[in-house]
Amino acid sequence: MSMNRREFLQVMAVAAAGGMSLHSEFALAEKGAAKLYDLPKFGNVSLLHITDCHAQLLPIYFREPNVNLGFGDQFGKVPHLVGANLLKHFGFKPNSIEAHAYTYLNFEKAAETYGKVGGFAHLATLVKRMKANRPGALLLDGGDTWQGSGTALWTNAQDMVDACKALGVNVMTLHWESTYGEARVKEIEEKDFAGQIDIVAQNVKTTDFGDPVFKPFVMKKMNGVPVAIIGQAFPYTPIANPRWQTPNWSFGIQEENMQKTVDEARAAGAQVVVVLSHNGMDVDLKMASRVKGIDAILGGHTHDGMPAPVVVKNAGGQTLVTNAGSNGKYLGVLDFDVRNGKIADFRYKLLPVFANLLPADKDMQALIDKARAPYLSKLNEKLAVSEGLLYRRGNFNGTFDQVILDSLMKVKDAEIAFSPGFRWGTSLLPGQPILMEHVLDQTAITYPWTTVTNMSGEMIKTVLEDVCDNLFNPDPYYQQGGDMVRVGGLQWTCDPTAKMGSRIQNMMLKGKLIDPAKTYKVAGWAPVSEEAKNAGEPIWEVVAQYMRDIKTVKPVNLNLPTLKSAANNPGIA
Amino acid sequence: MNNQRRNVLKAGSGAALMGLLAAAGIITPGMALADWNKAAFDAKSMADTLKALGAEGPADSKDVQVTGPDIAENGAVVPVGVGTTLPNVTMVAILIEKNPNALAAAFTLPAGTQPNVQTRVKMGQTSNVYALVKSDGKFFMATKEIKVTLGGCGG
Repeated sequence: MSMNRREFLQVMAVAAAGGMSLHSEFALAEKGAAKLYDLPKFGNVSLLHITDCHAQLLPIYFREPNVNLGFGDQFGKVPHLVGANLLKHFGFKPNSIEAHAYTYLNFEKAAETYGKVGGFAHLATLVKRMKANRPGALLLDGGDTWQGSGTALWTNAQDMVDACKALGVNVMTLHWESTYGEARVKEIEEKDFAGQIDIVAQNVKTTDFGDPVFKPFVMKKMNGVPVAIIGQAFPYTPIANPRWQTPNWSFGIQEENMQKTVDEARAAGAQVVVVLSHNGMDVDLKMASRVKGIDAILGGHTHDGMPAPVVVKNAGGQTLVTNAGSNGKYLGVLDFDVRNGKIADFRYKLLPVFANLLPADKDMQALIDKARAPYLSKLNEKLAVSEGLLYRRGNFNGTFDQVILDSLMKVKDAEIAFSPGFRWGTSLLPGQPILMEHVLDQTAITYPWTTVTNMSGEMIKTVLEDVCDNLFNPDPYYQQGGDMVRVGGLQWTCDPTAKMGSRIQNMMLKGKLIDPAKTYKVAGWAPVSEEAKNAGEPIWEVVAQYMRDIKTVKPVNLNLPTLKSAANNPGIA
Repeated sequence: MNNQRRNVLKAGSGAALMGLLAAAGIITPGMALADWNKAAFDAKSMADTLKALGAEGPADSKDVQVTGPDIAENGAVVPVGVGTTLPNVTMVAILIEKNPNALAAAFTLPAGTQPNVQTRVKMGQTSNVYALVKSDGKFFMATKEIKVTLGGCGG
């Protein structure tokens, strides 16, 4: 790998700042690797869980959030803990490999030391290692697998479909998969996945007669124990994503039907009932407290890399709730010891996938290289160099989002910009060149069009209030699981604990209060309405154009709201 | 999935289906309009609607269930259902607090009918949805909030 002078100096500066040579720390990590991945066999039913990889076939950097606020019943509880609070809760030492795996702390230096995470070739090695002493173990995929990269978009998800088959996925559920349209999802289910991967979703029905679109659950026998895997697709797919992409499918949480499905699975002889869920962790926790008979909910969507399950008590006993992070960074391993038809005990571990500590699986690497080959010149176009750290995660803004907002305002000559609060998108270290591939990692969706809208001040407030309620409604069933829409140009104050309609306060543009009756030019992207199809060029073209022009992305000024009622919240650092 | 049933029903959609049902004696002409309470459907607010229905001050009841999505997928067609275990139910109504006219539907149930109704309602904005049930001559009510959002920005 070649390195230019700037990158070389960056690496050296980081190493020096750490006060320790990179080699000695990495050597330590390598020694620890055996321990990290040496998970002794336990029990007789094992479930391996991946979720929300967002089509990241290669190792990447991914910074966990330093803002993940919870209020009311969720205040200070998992998953609404960040940084030192998270370490303390789960009992990890600061500056340990686990501290880097699960938090944003010391991110830049630790990322240099431990290297990239994820990548299907490295994940494949880890899956094989886990399966070696866990005969019959199932690999479950919680969805958001087919979307999030240029190659997934250009191959209409085929690269991910092939990689999942090669990885040995047994069962999956859906969210962003549906944005390829009903026909494509059914084509993959009926042709590519036939006899190998089951798509399960108890909460997807046809809009006309309420007929099931997918199997609600599948029964698998493991070492003689019947195990039911129930699917729960993202309940708000046709709301958070364009309705026109799934016009004949209805979603929703469907709690009553979940209970019915659990009861059916039990009646059919299931000794273990697991829900493979794309609800998001807060919704899963509420569902676990109300539905009886689920042994574990293996969750995703909210991208919370939680090292241990939450044990939720309910009328039927208890339910474990896990969440396995995002971007291929982790593999969840859940082992049950089932005796006389009942679960006697369990073990759970969320293993971080450190690419430098797990050799690439040759067959998987070959498959990935072949899939990427036709697109390499496009992916590798160097657009600019970033002087600062670029990341996305956080409730209100991320540095990469700020660059997207700056691009929109500049290229579209708009005074205000909105960018969706997506939780996917990889991170780039200071000095790393920004390639077209990285921009696509933040933007590759099937409705990427940019929009320019003349919006009244009143409408701007309505939009912000609407999205803010999706994030901070005290009842998890009314939350959609993304982050707050990113806002460029406009200064504002946010009180997440206020009622809907009062959370957004004091909106200012260039020192002047926003006038509800005045019209403002607002740029955005990812419109969900069918009328906005093909509105403007795809967002990646706008960002690429901006980056080619400026060549160097200086550390950005994050436009963040002034926060109220969030002091001393363990979900912000 | 029962594709045959689906195709038969699809082919028989709209007016044709109504005609079939009427021909089969399931719906008799004029039946839908028999109990039309114009004052109640014209009323704007919850209070005026309840008054027009003669149902002022209904008791909250845990035996009445409102079913529907927590967040509507399409505000123009929100599936809402009402069910109850209360005895001798003669009327079920669905009220949308923030609609221009609160009363969205009223069902008159002949004796012996299972009190369980399903329909589609239009909602312009997030609102409490009320189920009103007349049982043994008394009125009972339950509520559920259904959110109508602008959409986008998820996940």
